[in-house]
This record gives sequence, C-alpha cells and structure tokens, in this order.
Amino acid sequence: MMGDFWKRFSRNRGAVIGLFILLLVVVVAAIAPLLFPDSPWRMVQRPFLPPFEMSEYPLGTDTIGRNVISGLAYGAQVSLLVGLVSTVVSLLIGIPIGALAGYFGGFVDDALMRFTELFQTVPNFALAIVLVAIFEPSIYSIIAAIAIVSWPPVARLVRGEFLSLRQREYVEAATLSGQSHAAIIWRQILPNTLSPIIVLASLMVATAILLESSLSFLGLGDPNLMSWGYMIGAARTVIRQAWWLSFFPGVAILLTVLALNLIGEGLNDALNPRLARKGK
Amino acid sequence: MHSIRALRARASKGTMMATPAARIEHLKIALPEGADRALAVDDVSFDLVPGEILCIVGESGSGKSMSANAMMGLLPDLVRPVGGRILVGDKDILTLSDKERRDMRGRAMAMIFQEPMSALNPLMKVADQIAEVYEAHGLLTPRERKDRAVQLLTEVGIPEPEKAARAYPFQLSGGQRQRVMIAMALALEPKILIADEPTTALDVTTQAQILDLIRHLQRERDMAVMFITHDFGVVAEIADRVAVMQFGKIVEEGSVDDVLDHPQHDYTRKLIAAIPRLSADRRAAIEKAPILAVEGLNKTYHTGGSMFAKGRVVHAVNDVSFVLADGETLGIVGESGSGKSSVGRCLVRLLDPDSGVVKLGGVDMAYMKGEELRRERKRIQMIFQDPYASLNPRSRVGRILSEGPMAHGKPKDEAYQRASELLELVGLDASAIDRYPHEFSGGQRQRIGIARALALEPEVIIADEAVSALDVSIQAQVLDLLADLKARLNLALVFITHDLRVAAQVCDRIAVMQKGRIVELGPAYDIFNDPRDAYTRSLIEAIPGREKELAAMTG
Amino acid sequence: MVRFIISRLIKAAILLLAILTLNFLLIHAAPGDPAAVMAGEAGAADEEFIRQLRERFGLDKPLITQLGIYLGGVLQGDLGFSYRQQVPVADLIFDRLPATLLLTMTAFVIALTLGTLAGVLASARVGKWSDTFISTAALLFYATPLFWVALMAVLVFSVHLNWLPAFGFETVGSGYTGFDRALDVARHLVLPAVTLGLFFMAVYMRMTRASMLEVSQLDFVKTARAKGLKNSIIQRRHIFRNAMLPVVTLAGLQAGQLVGGAVLTETVFAWPGIGRLMFEALQQRDYNLLLGVFFVSAAMVLLFNLITDILYRVVDPRIRVA
Repeated sequence: MMGDFWKRFSRNRGAVIGLFILLLVVVVAAIAPLLFPDSPWRMVQRPFLPPFEMSEYPLGTDTIGRNVISGLAYGAQVSLLVGLVSTVVSLLIGIPIGALAGYFGGFVDDALMRFTELFQTVPNFALAIVLVAIFEPSIYSIIAAIAIVSWPPVARLVRGEFLSLRQREYVEAATLSGQSHAAIIWRQILPNTLSPIIVLASLMVATAILLESSLSFLGLGDPNLMSWGYMIGAARTVIRQAWWLSFFPGVAILLTVLALNLIGEGLNDALNPRLARKGK
Repeated sequence: MHSIRALRARASKGTMMATPAARIEHLKIALPEGADRALAVDDVSFDLVPGEILCIVGESGSGKSMSANAMMGLLPDLVRPVGGRILVGDKDILTLSDKERRDMRGRAMAMIFQEPMSALNPLMKVADQIAEVYEAHGLLTPRERKDRAVQLLTEVGIPEPEKAARAYPFQLSGGQRQRVMIAMALALEPKILIADEPTTALDVTTQAQILDLIRHLQRERDMAVMFITHDFGVVAEIADRVAVMQFGKIVEEGSVDDVLDHPQHDYTRKLIAAIPRLSADRRAAIEKAPILAVEGLNKTYHTGGSMFAKGRVVHAVNDVSFVLADGETLGIVGESGSGKSSVGRCLVRLLDPDSGVVKLGGVDMAYMKGEELRRERKRIQMIFQDPYASLNPRSRVGRILSEGPMAHGKPKDEAYQRASELLELVGLDASAIDRYPHEFSGGQRQRIGIARALALEPEVIIADEAVSALDVSIQAQVLDLLADLKARLNLALVFITHDLRVAAQVCDRIAVMQKGRIVELGPAYDIFNDPRDAYTRSLIEAIPGREKELAAMTG
Repeated sequence: MVRFIISRLIKAAILLLAILTLNFLLIHAAPGDPAAVMAGEAGAADEEFIRQLRERFGLDKPLITQLGIYLGGVLQGDLGFSYRQQVPVADLIFDRLPATLLLTMTAFVIALTLGTLAGVLASARVGKWSDTFISTAALLFYATPLFWVALMAVLVFSVHLNWLPAFGFETVGSGYTGFDRALDVARHLVLPAVTLGLFFMAVYMRMTRASMLEVSQLDFVKTARAKGLKNSIIQRRHIFRNAMLPVVTLAGLQAGQLVGGAVLTETVFAWPGIGRLMFEALQQRDYNLLLGVFFVSAAMVLLFNLITDILYRVVDPRIRVA
C-alpha cells in the first residue's frame, strides 16, 4: 500500500519539488537558533544595508539594522507552527461537526449546517482581523482566529463524505450486525474519509500561512515573534528605498505556500486515483 | 412464431449476398500499459449487413463496447486501434482525417448508449439537442430542424411529442430519454445504427418496448444494426446474427438460431447454460410454521417539501402483507420504483415503517428501538446488491466477518474461528481472512457478503438484488451457492429482484409488486404459468427471449 | 422564482441577525470592560464617558436586554459611534463603501472573465505547453500573498516604470471633471483591481479547467461527438455551460474572501474604501468602527451570495423548473 502511494505521489513531478522545498523550509526553521544564535530582533549592522554586499548579512538589514536572513529563518518557525497547529485545530472542530451532521442527518444536520453556514458566509479574513484585534494579538489568538475561520470547509467536506458513505451497503451491513453508532462512525466511515481530509488539510496549512502573514502584515502579529508578514508590513512604507525588505520575505511565503499546494496535488493523485483509473 | 423467425432468417441470408454496410477486418485495439491485457479487441472481423441486426454478446471486459466505439471513432484517449480496417463504403474509418470522420458520424452511422440518464445534455431542451444533428452537418434551416425534431419524436413513439420537444431531459422518464436518443440517431437516416447496451438500464417492460422500436425502425429503414449486449434473452429477442466475444476475440459467430440452439464453442455453451431457465418447478407447498409474518406494512416518503412548497407524497409500501415459512424462499419482484427494496429495508429496519406489523418468530420488530433493536436485529440479516460497495475497503475480511458477532459479545478468538469456517462454507479459502476486499473478484466478494450475513446465524435472510450486479456465469455460481446453503442450513429467504428469470429459478413463492402494492402472490409455478393479474402478465410477456424459449419447450 | 427569492431573503435576514449577535458577543467576550472596548482608546481614561456609555447601552442590564438594545439600534441604521473620530460609524462606512464596491467588482469581473477564459484555453490544450504555462501561472498566483504582489506591482509599475499611479483614488487637486476624472480614477484603479483579482483569477482558472475536463468525460459529450458536431461547438455549448455550474457556486462562496482581500489591497494602495477604514480602525483600536465594517462587509457577502444563487437558478433548468 505504502509503496503504491509513493509511486503515485512521485509520478507528480511538481509534488516532489514541493516536498523538497517544504523539507528545506522545515530544516531551516528547525536549525534557525543554530544558524543565527542572535535574536532576529537585535540590531547588528547599519540600517538599510542592501543585500549581497556583506557576506555576513547576505540579504541585507532592515530599517533599524536587523539581519534580514535571520528574520527569514525565525519567520519560518512561526509560519510552520501557525499553519500546522491552526489546521489541526480546524480539523478538530470541523471533523466532529461534519461527521455528526452527515451521519445523523435530519435536525442535527440542519442545526449544525446553519451554524457552519454562518461561519462560511462571514468574510473570513475580516473575521480573523476582528478576532485577533479584540483578543489582542498573540500566537494563541492568531491560531485560534485562523482555526475559527478555516473549519467550515472541513465540516462541509466531512459531512458530504459521511452523507454518501452512510448510504453505502457496508455501513448498512454494520448497522444490521448490531454495531453501535460510535463504532460505525469511528471504524466504518471515518477511515474511508481520510484521503480527502488529508488532501484538504495540506491545502489548509498553505491557506493558514497566507492568513497568518496577512494578519502580521496588518500589524496583528505576535509582537514577540518575528514573522514574514511582519517584515513586509514594517517595510511597506520604505519600499522605494529598500525593495529587498519586502521582496525576500514575500518570496519565502510564496515558496512555502506553493510547496504545500504542490504537495496537496500530489497527495490528491496518490490518495484519490480516480482519474488514473479512468483510462481503463 | 416459429415460421416467422425462419422466414426472417431466410430473408437475412438473402441479404448476406448484398454489399455489407460496413466491414470490420482484423481489428486490433490496444489498451494502455498496465491494463490486465494488451489488446481490448484482438483480431476481430465481422460484417454489418443492411436489414440485419448483429448482436455482439459478451461479459464485462470482453471488448464488445470497444469495437462499437472504434466504429464511431469515439475511443477513449488512452485506447487506440493498432491494426485492421473498418470499411464503411469504400472508406476506412481508421485512416480518415478528423474532419472526414466527423462528417460520417450521424450521417453514415449513428449510436445510442447505455445510460439514457447521462447521455443527454442536462441543460439543453430535447428539440435543440435533436436539431443539433442537422446543424452539425449544415442541413435545413433552424425552423425546419425543430419541425423535424418533433416529427422524429412522433416516429419513436413519445407521447405528446410537441411537449417533449420543449422539455429538458430530467423531465422525461428513462424509456422516453432512450427514445429521444433513438430519434437523434435516426435524424439523418444513417445506414448503420450502433446500439451499446441500450436497454440495460431500463425496466423489463420498457426494455421490451425499446427493443420493439429498434427492430421496427431497422426493418422499415433497412438499416444495419450492431447491437451490443450481455443478455442472451435480448439476443434471442432481437438478433438475426450473433457474435460472441471473450477476452477481445470473437469465439463464435453465426445465425441466432444456430448459436442459441447449437452453440459450438465451450464459452458460448457455458454462458447459455448459466442463463436461469424461465420455468418454475411445481414445488410442494411448504407446510412449516411461518417464521416471518408481515401485516399491513406502510411506508410513505415526502419529497421536495419546504416552507413554501407542498411536497409530493410517495406511497413506497402500501398495505403489504405476507408470511414466510421456515425454510421457504419468497421472491419479491417488481420494476424500479415498485417498492420491493423498501419492503426489504423495512423488514430489517434500515427504514422505519409508518404502520404495520413485522413479526419475526412472534416478536414485532416494526417499532423496536435502541438497544433492543440492536440485539434482536441479528435474527434477520441482509445480502446486498453491489459487491463493490458492500464491503468496507479498509477492513480485512476477517474483521468484516467477525465484527457482528463481536458486537454481540462473542470473544475475538471465537469470532475469527467462526469467520474462517464461514469462508469455507461459502467456497472461499480460509486464508482469505487476512486479505482486503479489493483483492477479490465481484463473485468472491458476493460470497464474502453472504458469509457476513450468515455470521450472526440469522433465522431470515433478505437478499436484495443479490446477483444483479454479476455477470451471468458468476451469477449462476452464486445462485447455486445460495440454494446449497439454504438446503443445508434450513434458511428462510426473502429474495428481492427485478429479474424474473432469477426469481423463477430460486423462489418457492413469488409476490409481484407494483407502485407499492403486492398485486399478486402465489407459488412460482402459478405466477409464471397462470398469472392472474394483468400487470404480472405484462411483466412476464416482456421478459426477453421468452418466446424463443417457449417455442423450444413446446416445439 | 419569487417564492425562491423570498425564501432566500428570509434566510439572508436570519444569517444577518446571527452575524449581528456574533458581533455583539465579541464585544462582550473581549477582555476587559465592554464599555471600555466600545470607547476604544478614546475614552478609556475618562470615567464619566464610560458611565454614559454604560447607561446608553444598558450595560448593567442582563445580556439579553443589551442584545435587544443593540439589535434595535442596528435596525434603525445605527451601527454605533466612532468615539475616536466623533462620527457615527454608519456615516464613515457609507462614505467609503462606493470605492470598495468599485474595486471589488472590477477585480471580480477581471478575475472571472480572465480566469474562466484561461481555464477553458488550458483545458482545450491539456498537456500542451500553453496548458503548462497557464497552469503554472495559476499555481503561482494561487500561492502569492496578496499584499506582497501589490507592493511588488507598485515597485515595478509605479516606482520603476512610472506607468501607473501607486496611491489613492484619484489625483488630488487635479480638478479633473467628467470623462477626464473617470479616466484618472480608472488609472488609479488598475493596480489595485488587478492585484486583488490575481488570486481569484487563479482560483477560477483552476476550477474551470478541472470542471471542463471532468464534464468532457461525461456521456452526453460522447453523444454530441457521435452527432458529428465540431469540437468548438461541443466545447462551447455542451462542456462549457455544464462546467460553469460549479464555478458559479464557487464564485459565490469566494465573495467573502474578495472583501477580505480588499482590506489588504486598500491598505497598500491607500484606496479610500472600507478595507482601508478597517485598517485605520485597527491602528486606532476603534472597535466600534471595526465591528461596523465587519458587519457591513458580511452583509455585502450575503447580498452577493443571493445574486449567485439566483444566477445559478437561471442557468440550471433542473433547479429552475423543478
């Protein structure tokens, strides 16, 4: 099974490139403190040092002389952390809601779906802004806000899967054989919804990273953590003098998000080989 | 009857001398790499002759549809012809340019498909879709095209053709949609009509009408028809000549009478032997006590209702009553929408009946709830239709078979021990216990499904279209297995099916359902030989191949 | 149809009420005194001012009464008062709303037309270099942070090439009128609208391509080919129309993101819309204003969803006639 999976995944060239980029980002985030023992907030050189001039500061320094490349490395930590944790939280909210709505249907479904619809209708970035602003920017409020605006697609996906799987004959057979609702949800249906959930989750991590950087860009980042969005936000007003301050963090976001999207597509090919089967 | 057939056979032999409308010579079609064989169609040759219907018969995967698609130049992207010729007139379809081939489609040959539900564009009105045929070939004015569309719809026997022309496909029934497809195919009066399982998705009475229509139009227009089917009943009904395909090759070809009555090839013989005979035995009435008694069962569905719109009420099960004796097989037959499946689902309580009594060994199951229902339900189990959807793809067979007993408190060891016994009982190797469902064929999966139903040692088994999804040779094996198990385990069986041949073979008594009601209930022999209800009669008359079989029996 | 619209309107009204309740709860869920939250930093120090607020919004009364007072106010068009700017929130918002509508609608039209066009092109040449090019571009746009691409656009097209203005709605003090003014606004609109539209263009492109490819596998397309129809007609009449159904649905669901994205675009380009207003409210910690903008943007999204629902009904006869 695993061998098949890898074979199908690696057939997608983009996905392999994406995996490579993501691994690179993960490694940089992990060894950031080793590469740059100094705090990324520390002034180390004159302000506005352009890139490629001093080998010690290859990407230059910012408006108050902080090392840009060090900021990028530490920013990777924040992006990955927020992306991952907020996605996990979204799944923890979305999967149970979707599963209950899809499995039980009727009134439960109606109530839960109206609730989901409310969160889906509200412009999610605006809601995230309001939440972070009101609860004060911190890594916790940011993760919570992103999770709160990101779970509805999970719930809808899981509900849809449950609605269709619930009608499957093997689920009916499980009902007839006397298994409890919990056993049916947990053992019969949920394992069969994992593939699309995994694919969605990989794309949600990408979206969460974009959301986090957007919040930080607006000044709603955790004031104690260096992040890519913050770096761009802080450099916004000096774009005419110092292009590199906005350019490099943006490329970092772009590459990370791109990598995750590519991986998502590869996972989709590997886990849902529906299109591959069509040739037959 | 017999003489007409003979005349027709002679007539078609006469036309054999005439130029064929199409010649397929040594056609080879390659499958993409990684498929289970290299060639979908392997060195196939046949002629399509005006005024003759050639049936290409075979089980799934035999390559019969591929040859049809190749004729139309409609092969899927990954599949390509690698040898041979398809001559229509003096042109070889395989070597024509796209443009030339396009010009021939619809004009020289036309095609109708299996799924009338999906073969029409859901967003276009029927008349527009027919008019497109003329538009594609630059014929007639828009006004004339619409008029022709209505004429064609009249010709194919659609009630209220004017209204149907303005309808969207979803507003028509399956049979009407297939008529629209036929109208479309006839628009340019092609010499060749290719029909790919055109009646497989239809109910038996509708199927009979469509078969009649195709034959009528074919004679009237002297068309050459290539008719693809898996159903020998349909072959007997409509074919002049038959070609039997297996693994991409034609194993036997000949006139319909020769092939059906004197099959030469082993495979043909096996296929024909596997067809359930349309003769119910006169069986002794089973005198045992009833194990299941159903009285006044009702189930209605409310559809489309909302705050503003009144929903439709469908009486899916309408005052249904019957008893099932210990060791008896009761057939419930009917067309789609007759409510036969709803009855089965009410019995096992996958549906909650609105009213009525379902007494299983004296205990009313109809309104049981919660834990009590969970416990009692093991006494009545079900075998499902779809061998691919009825087993959890992520569970090993051992777990599939032992989950039920374990939910009822059996220790794991015992449950697995029992599972391997069950596998042997249904004719599978005990080693299957560690494998996943996808490692098995459709027939084997259905055996696993049967083993699962037996695992809880039920008193009654409901088999809901349990062999409908299987190829005919596999179907015969599974039916044999069921008969064998029934005899050995003294099971009482409710056998739900749309297929009257199958019902005739396995059932002691049969209940015929129409629109939620049982219209006739009696011993199988009486139902087939002396049907009293008009609807039962029409059902039986519509069974494809019946005339031929009766002729063979009496003559 | 009328019945359908009415039922959708009722649904929208219920959602709107739910959003307002959410708004109200947010004020109360915030750490600290709701009155202080409402006042923002403007009144935080002033005891007397806070006391007045408490009285006005019944902040000592039970929560449900307070909710009543709040909802009653909104129904009369009172979205609260910006104590920072000493202006009713509603006035501030409605002043800025036209600019946002202009921006988001332009971006939407650009995104939808170019996105579906590119998707159709890519699907027609699947596997060829033009498909690879379009798909790669879409993949990049899909991963690009909106605010960053906006900054880069300023850098390239305004700072270096000096083709287009980088900031604002129109040239201040130019005194343009009539057509000249429209042209001036249009020049200012290009960069914000295009950068806001890029992401959505990518979304619609990918969706259209996938949907076209999926529909082209369906049986009725085979029927169309069996008729002898030309490929171009099959693409347009049979595949495209059916493929657009999920795209329309998606476009409706994406409306919220478009409004959210406007916050970033307007911030970068100093576009005087409600997105920029939201950013200002953030900087001034003016929560009344913040929540007001939030509510109005949610209402815009609801309106937009309503329109796409109706559109969908017009396109799909199965829903229209049934």
